[in-house]
Amino acid sequence: MRHIISLLMENEAGALSRVAGLFSARGYNIESLSVAPTEDPTLSRMTIVTSGSDAIIEQINKQLNKLVDVAAMIDLSEGEHLERELMLVKVRAEGDAREELKHMADAFHGRIIDATDHTYTIELTGSCAELDSLLEKIGRDLILETVRTGASGIGRGERILKL
Amino acid sequence: MELTGAEILIRCLQEEQVEYVFGYPGGAVLFIYDELFKQDKVKHVLVRHEQAAVHAADGYARSSDKVGVALVTSGPGLTNAVTGIATAYMDSTPMVVISGQVPTGAIGEDAFQEVDAVGITRPCVKHNFLVKDVKDIASTIKKAFYLAKSGRPGPVLVDIPKDVSNHRTNFEYPASVTIRSYHPAGKGDSGQIGRAAQMLLEAKRPMIYAGGGVVLSDASAQLTDLVRLLDFPCNNTLMGLGGFPASDKHFVGMLGMHGTYEANMAMQHCDVLLAVGARFDDRVIGNVEHFAEVPRKIIHIDIDPSSIAKRVKVDLPIVGDVKLVLDELLEVLRGNVQRPGAADMAAWWKQVNEWRAVGGGLRYKNSSEIIKPQFVIEKLHEITGGDAFITTDVGQHQMWTAQYYKFDKPRRWVTSGGLGTMGFGLPAAMGVQMVNPGATVACVTGEGSIQMNIQELSTCKQFRLPIKIVALNNGYLGMVRQWQEFFHCNRYSETYMNALPDFVKLAEAYGHVGMRIEKPADVEPALKEAFARKHDLVFMDFRTDPTENVYPMVPGGRGLSEIILAEEL
Repeated sequence: MRHIISLLMENEAGALSRVAGLFSARGYNIESLSVAPTEDPTLSRMTIVTSGSDAIIEQINKQLNKLVDVAAMIDLSEGEHLERELMLVKVRAEGDAREELKHMADAFHGRIIDATDHTYTIELTGSCAELDSLLEKIGRDLILETVRTGASGIGRGERILKL
Repeated sequence: MELTGAEILIRCLQEEQVEYVFGYPGGAVLFIYDELFKQDKVKHVLVRHEQAAVHAADGYARSSDKVGVALVTSGPGLTNAVTGIATAYMDSTPMVVISGQVPTGAIGEDAFQEVDAVGITRPCVKHNFLVKDVKDIASTIKKAFYLAKSGRPGPVLVDIPKDVSNHRTNFEYPASVTIRSYHPAGKGDSGQIGRAAQMLLEAKRPMIYAGGGVVLSDASAQLTDLVRLLDFPCNNTLMGLGGFPASDKHFVGMLGMHGTYEANMAMQHCDVLLAVGARFDDRVIGNVEHFAEVPRKIIHIDIDPSSIAKRVKVDLPIVGDVKLVLDELLEVLRGNVQRPGAADMAAWWKQVNEWRAVGGGLRYKNSSEIIKPQFVIEKLHEITGGDAFITTDVGQHQMWTAQYYKFDKPRRWVTSGGLGTMGFGLPAAMGVQMVNPGATVACVTGEGSIQMNIQELSTCKQFRLPIKIVALNNGYLGMVRQWQEFFHCNRYSETYMNALPDFVKLAEAYGHVGMRIEKPADVEPALKEAFARKHDLVFMDFRTDPTENVYPMVPGGRGLSEIILAEEL
């Protein structure tokens, strides 16, 4: 099953490698991983999307918690949460396709942030599934480049991860 | 007054009451060695290879309640130390390893003797640090000792660039340390402990399975009280030996791949299992599915939550320090008049004793012609009164020592269980002897393992360490040979140890006493003579039966009850 794990860790050199190394050393999946400092510059917030059986997810949580640099963590998928990912996709935009691509971007609430005679660059924020869906609509023939940040997640309402 | 980073480091070690540092000098640690030279509180033990420095620090820590300390230079100094660090990590030894690093300005430039120490050791340390500012040395060392010793212990590496060890700042050693992201477990949950007590009292076929956590937590007294109070059978893992007295009638022996028949059968067929500071690893329970075929309730006490439910499903987890949890569990049980059902317990003990009779405990066929390795260990136990500190290397000799040297006290048994590191025994014995001066220390080894760190005979001479080396020399890498015999149709691929040195001459060349023992009748006199030499290192080269195998054996990947006994082959 797909899980989205959020953690606060010391914003120190090497902390990211400790997390990434743990996943590779123990053979766990990483679908995506995104990390950046928080309002407290000594802390980074990381979102990991992973998958595995309940037993594996339990071990992933325990092993992450065991890392000295990990200050707090939560498995967001165990409760109500929001999940967003940013994507920039550059597409071949010529002839009739230009209008069609513009409609498509609008329909997904995406924005065209760069346009040339032959290309569009579409920015879209949404769930991973929404991003997948837009890519599928456009089709691989027209796609020149895709850049995705990986998911960022946050609990709903009073579900807060803070030190 | 401002001190250099190197001075600060040595002052920190003094503050931590470090008596011995095991190390090897080099370019990146020159300033540190210079400061070591100028004082005499922290004594340095010069090993002959960095791997040995870390094993020595490991033996030092395991046979005491102290943190072991090793000091190595950058590059190859550090990479040589890695095997030792990984060994300590797998067996949860509290240890601080200090490594020199190239100057900060040279890091990343492929400088001479540069290696990414923090990167290389990351998967085999509890935590590690690269100190980039001299102002951080004192607080980092304080944290390193705290992390190494607290919670589930482990090795911590502190990498110090050469320029940082020569920069100056004011020195103040922090009185205390808190790490906001690190909260080691202490007491267990009282509700869970209460439920555990009830589960134990209602058990019909109980078993207590105790591992290295009991030794690390210094909880042998609590475990012994608990077993005797409940009158339950108790086994030990390889790492747990000595955590429960082997001479106690409740002890059914070591369990696992080379455990006793009764320990393995009772483990497999119990209805309530209390696991204490043990981790159900592959050498202990064999095939997980096979183990799960018999329904049983499992209570698991461990300080490390990630050890719980890693390989087997646990019904009642208790996260906490083994000693504190057992203290509370004992209190609950003593306050309860209920006791396990007498009829059930009598029936269970009858069954356990039947297994004891079938398996015959541990058996081997002695010979008057050729020395049986088990016989040597039995005599070793007898002559040392069962009270020696014993280190081993890895292989058949290690298993025979675990089986036949009946440990009654914790911290007397020092072996590389998790990583299985050949070459561990001799340097570990050095650390054991340093921290237990005057004690009898023996290193049981094989002709293969001993050659992996044989150079330490020189260190032993320099520091006058009267270690007794009991080499069970069968001319083969015996454990691998045994597997080749069982599972590879006797194809002894590269396990014959050709061109062995004359170990007697070798010992003498290093300034020690060497003995060669070839007949069973000479075993006892030789051991007596060797152990009577209180001030000499004696290397005993026992020529043992090359065809002898370690029994019982649960073949890899099989279940505990699929155990092979000696007479079946």
